[in-house]
Amino acid sequence: MSEVKEIASPEQAAVERWEDETLAPVLQKRPERKKRFETVSLDAVERLYTPADVLDINFDEDTSFPGEFPYTRGIHPTGYRGKLWTMRQFAGFGTPEETNARFKYLMAEGQTGLSVAYDLPTLMGYDADAMLSEGEVGKCGVAVSSLADMETLFDGIPLEAVTVSQTINAPASVLLAMYLVVAEKQGADWRKISGTLQNDILKEYIAQKEWIYPIRPAMKLVIDTFEFCTRHVPKYNPISVSGYHIREAGSTAMQELAFTLRDGIEYVQWGVDAGLDVDEFVPRISFFFNAHNDFFEEIAKYRAARRIWSRTMRERFNAKDPRTLQLRFHTQTAGVSLTVQQPLNNIVRVAIQALAGVLGGTQSLHTDAYDEALALPTDRAALIALRTQQIIAEETGVVNTVDPLGGSYFLESLTKKLEDGALDYFAKIDAMGGMVSAVEKGFPQREIQESAYQYQKAVERGEQTIVGVNKYQMGDEQSKIDILVIDESVRAHQIARLDEARARRDNGAVANALEKLKLAAQAGDNTMPATIEAVRAYATLGEICDALRDVYGLYEEPAF
Amino acid sequence: MTDRKIRVLVAKPGLDGHDRGAKVIARALRDAGMEVIYTGLRQTPEMIAAAALQEDVDAVGVSILSGAHNTLCPRIVQLLQERGMDDCLVLVGGIVPKEDVPRLKEMGVAEVFLPGTSTEDIVTFLRNNVRPRA
Repeated sequence: MSEVKEIASPEQAAVERWEDETLAPVLQKRPERKKRFETVSLDAVERLYTPADVLDINFDEDTSFPGEFPYTRGIHPTGYRGKLWTMRQFAGFGTPEETNARFKYLMAEGQTGLSVAYDLPTLMGYDADAMLSEGEVGKCGVAVSSLADMETLFDGIPLEAVTVSQTINAPASVLLAMYLVVAEKQGADWRKISGTLQNDILKEYIAQKEWIYPIRPAMKLVIDTFEFCTRHVPKYNPISVSGYHIREAGSTAMQELAFTLRDGIEYVQWGVDAGLDVDEFVPRISFFFNAHNDFFEEIAKYRAARRIWSRTMRERFNAKDPRTLQLRFHTQTAGVSLTVQQPLNNIVRVAIQALAGVLGGTQSLHTDAYDEALALPTDRAALIALRTQQIIAEETGVVNTVDPLGGSYFLESLTKKLEDGALDYFAKIDAMGGMVSAVEKGFPQREIQESAYQYQKAVERGEQTIVGVNKYQMGDEQSKIDILVIDESVRAHQIARLDEARARRDNGAVANALEKLKLAAQAGDNTMPATIEAVRAYATLGEICDALRDVYGLYEEPAF
Repeated sequence: MTDRKIRVLVAKPGLDGHDRGAKVIARALRDAGMEVIYTGLRQTPEMIAAAALQEDVDAVGVSILSGAHNTLCPRIVQLLQERGMDDCLVLVGGIVPKEDVPRLKEMGVAEVFLPGTSTEDIVTFLRNNVRPRA
């Protein structure tokens, strides 16, 4: 019997020589610190990466040049030499007046775009005076119950000139309508305004869990915004497909990549099924990723995302327009990595995570404030977070060349590994009938829960280090820092504003508009025109969502 | 005599949907041999107290990351007491500023576990503090 032995490539033979001659004697004298080295996703990392690890990567096809398919090295040929990323700090707390003041402060300090955080009642489609809103008004973001609040929020901020990102999902179409009506009242042209609506409902069922309606009607509302924006607000991004929350909920980097892009594919498929042209609406789909602690894994993740997206758009959807093939994304540093213990250490974590986002070619960036494991950021903490970005942009020199780490054996190999892993997940999800079906079956939810649990166990075994938490602890650990406190007076203030808005409006017009909205929802028509009409009449967020709750019903999460 | 297993209700009150912590804790307590009931999201204090009574639990673990703890936790404690569940421990976990901890304890919360707590510490706390039943 003859044994077929694979002939080692010259690259592999060179590695074996090095292992025998140079490595082995050293290992004999001093073994390494541990048996297995792994990323924060608990994925193994090898000792050394060499040309032998990139033999299956073809420069022309897989890596290529920035600004060219498959865009691994970035979507712009000049990288950050042409334009820096947008420094877009997520902000929102208390009343619309308070958040308006924070926006103006951040812009005066050099921030280049706005990003609105809404409070939980707003995210869930409840008014400030709803019973369930008690204790929550203005806590996690700004409270917005009607157009009157939105007018105050953007008072003195020209929406034709500033791009605004809104983190809102289940009631996103209503907040989009409010935004458009405020812009119109300012005299802005809808065709010129830009900005982003998060509007990613799939990741709500998967990770963030702020849902209202059952999945399929909720998807229909998303497609309504695509259709409406394509026609009337062509420069606006009606969705930001978000891996951020998937990662925060405990996924690995690979799961974040896979589930986010597969969510993106699902939206494209639903848009196509609704009769939209891929090259018309997909260029306005944007993405949102996490920047976690494992530096190289994160950079590889962003590069893999661009490559997978461009190939998928071309192969699955026959996209032609280069803009359809180019994945644009926002990045936020990992809130979950911040510690209550020794909170100033968070400044360092954020800087390193932000650097990964920049080396991965992000289009915009939010850097977390060091006090976010304790409360919403104070002015001082928010300012340091912004300064962190400015230091990376203007002092470190990493912006001087495009994709500076491209060609690294380790990084290219890791990019490929993440790509392959994501494609395996695509195959599983496709076999389940797509992402909506996979979510209904609880598949991504269970995968994430499992990873979250394994990570927690690894931390408790000391295999993953968190400085100040399971290593280098200090006595009374929480250093004294000032935190932002939102008191209960915010709710009273918001209820008073709401009463005032209700007293001023024409209740007959509100009732008519809400009835029209219900009819549109029942008929399966686009709900955006009726939503805008209701908003113009000062129907409240709660009233509009109630009208849709009547038609669509409520989502109940099965036990997974 | 057979030891009764410790029974714990893991609860998510308020509008907050961040359930990573609650689910990790639920599984860790189960792995430690306890019986765990998870309420699911967006439970009112009344629903949580009713579930605690119905399931006859020894402890309620409340997870809140939204900042609404000062409103919700005292009400849960009060409702449990009204239902005669004085022995039922109420534990709180999540984003809670340290300054709020003494006030929560005065109002009857047995312990507050801040971010970075090991699941082992919570298991130990429960084993040491749950009142043994006849």
